Amino acid sequence: MKSLNGASAEAVENDLLIEQAYEAMSEGSTGDGEVVNKKAPDKWEKWKNNFKRRGWILLFIIPALLYVLLFCYVPMYGILVAFQDYGVGDPILGAGTVWVGFDNFTAFFSNPNFGDYFVNTFLLCFLGFIVGFPLPVIVALLLNSLRSKKVKKGLQILYYAPHFISLVVMVGMLKLFFGADGLFAGGSDFFIKPEAFRPLFIFSGNWQDFGWSAIIYLAALSGVDPALHEAAKVDGASRFRRIFSVDLPAIAPTVIMLMILSIGNLMSCGYEKVLLMQTPGNLPTSEILSSYVYNFGLKGDAGYGVGTAAGLFNSVINVALLVIANFTSKKLANQSMW
Amino acid sequence: MDKQELKALKKKNKIKESRTDYVYYAICGIILFLLAVVIIYPLYYIVIASVSDPDAVLTGGVWLYPVKVTFSGYANLFTRNDVWRGYFNTLVYTVTGTAFNIVLTIPAGWALSRDYLPFRKLIMTLLIITMFFGGGLVPYVVLCQALGLYQNPLILIIGGGVSVYNVFMCKSFFQTNVPKEVLEAGQIDGAGEIRTFFDLVLPVAKSIISVMVLFYAVGHWNNYIDAFIFDINRNFYPLQAVLKELLEATSGEGDVVLEQMRMATQIKFTSIIVATVPILVVYPMIEKHFGQGVLVGSFK
Repeated sequence: MKSLNGASAEAVENDLLIEQAYEAMSEGSTGDGEVVNKKAPDKWEKWKNNFKRRGWILLFIIPALLYVLLFCYVPMYGILVAFQDYGVGDPILGAGTVWVGFDNFTAFFSNPNFGDYFVNTFLLCFLGFIVGFPLPVIVALLLNSLRSKKVKKGLQILYYAPHFISLVVMVGMLKLFFGADGLFAGGSDFFIKPEAFRPLFIFSGNWQDFGWSAIIYLAALSGVDPALHEAAKVDGASRFRRIFSVDLPAIAPTVIMLMILSIGNLMSCGYEKVLLMQTPGNLPTSEILSSYVYNFGLKGDAGYGVGTAAGLFNSVINVALLVIANFTSKKLANQSMW
Repeated sequence: MDKQELKALKKKNKIKESRTDYVYYAICGIILFLLAVVIIYPLYYIVIASVSDPDAVLTGGVWLYPVKVTFSGYANLFTRNDVWRGYFNTLVYTVTGTAFNIVLTIPAGWALSRDYLPFRKLIMTLLIITMFFGGGLVPYVVLCQALGLYQNPLILIIGGGVSVYNVFMCKSFFQTNVPKEVLEAGQIDGAGEIRTFFDLVLPVAKSIISVMVLFYAVGHWNNYIDAFIFDINRNFYPLQAVLKELLEATSGEGDVVLEQMRMATQIKFTSIIVATVPILVVYPMIEKHFGQGVLVGSFK
């Protein structure tokens, strides 16, 4: 008994000593009242200490960081190609580099089809947004209101599945259904009609991804306190009413965040599926900015310089849209990404 | 008297409430059921068309069940060398490429989840910028040309090595799912950063690793565009590139013999199934890890 007490007293004493030692360390060794300058070197000391003690953790991030620097940042430096007369194999900065100023941009903008590419890009992304943004929200709200957890789980697994189907297979299926002799084509071929391109693209994109996009809302909904639902029930709110009074407010921040992101992407539909769906017949609506970069900049005769310029034009618009969307939501909803 | 009235009122209300709810649940059920049909039917059709007589498929006679069941489409598909080779190539790219992705991504996520990581803010900023701005396609290809990765199948393994989005997903997983006590105990034992990661962190990271494996592996399995961007030799085509050409083969030209056209149609259905089944088999096994912990935090 006594020894136990003694041990604990010793432990307390030890703790005190350690505490004092820590305090001494954190106060720094200067005891002579240099209060003003104390803070900065102290912080630096702390940083150095931490670096010495736990700096090895950098080893875990360095490979990924080097990869990103090489494959993401070096291409940013490669944007210089947009201001050059560049041929395959040329060095980006060398004795023979031919600088052409904004000629590549002028060439791209004066392309007679430039307006079409621009409008096609916008319409494809914008219509896709109008249809594709609310759908996952609605699906998540409906799924969340199901009483049977088993049914909910089963439907979720089913709804996610098409997300994992490859684009090649997706477009292949589209052609089998809506191409010549297709089951739903009714004797015609939707793939050679310009007016069918956007509906097909958007419809199939939603078919593949509405379930997948609902995940994030479902996760937010699962965090809703059941007590809120109980309280609303006591007030006599039906299940349908509770969607608006309980569920929607709970996922509103997530919805706004994803809307900012989507608006930032209003000019950046990927070209991979577009390329697969393009036919000579639907080109008037199916050639978008990013597919132009591939078809003409990379593989065609426009050249790398014009291709880079077109790509840069597109990504500058994307960044601008993102900044605008973020700014607006900061003002209106007091919510922003940074 | 009062109590009875109250009871009656309650009963009345309950019935009224459950009636409106009944209507709601019915409509909700119908919508979700229709969505399920919309998803299942095209997949089901591909399956039944792949085992039906191609003439019946071409004339629209197949839509609810297989007609004149035949497996000749599968037999034909597997006599094709390019399909086998594509399968083999894709397996190689998927396995090695995913391993490369995981080795880069998981440790990076762990490091970023620690607030004592030196230069953390700078590194985060560098990574976030790449999510919104990049050099674009052409400068990326120019870089790969300079690195000797053009027309080189290696690009199909190391291309897209780090998805910043995935790294952040790992980061938020580690922030919420590694018990502090375990790490503190490790520190008292004198475990350094490296031992901590391998002995304490990796054992509890199983679910995030499996989700990452799924995401990256599906990316490699489904990748077709890189083979064309980087002008890869046909012998090294991944399955999806072979598939693309199979599916785009025109079946309706006049000089094509009827028998060939029938075969081409059937092979389209069978090849879609053969290329997709592996993913749809693996996916439900990993689906259970999609729980909130893994996917939610990525938006913080």
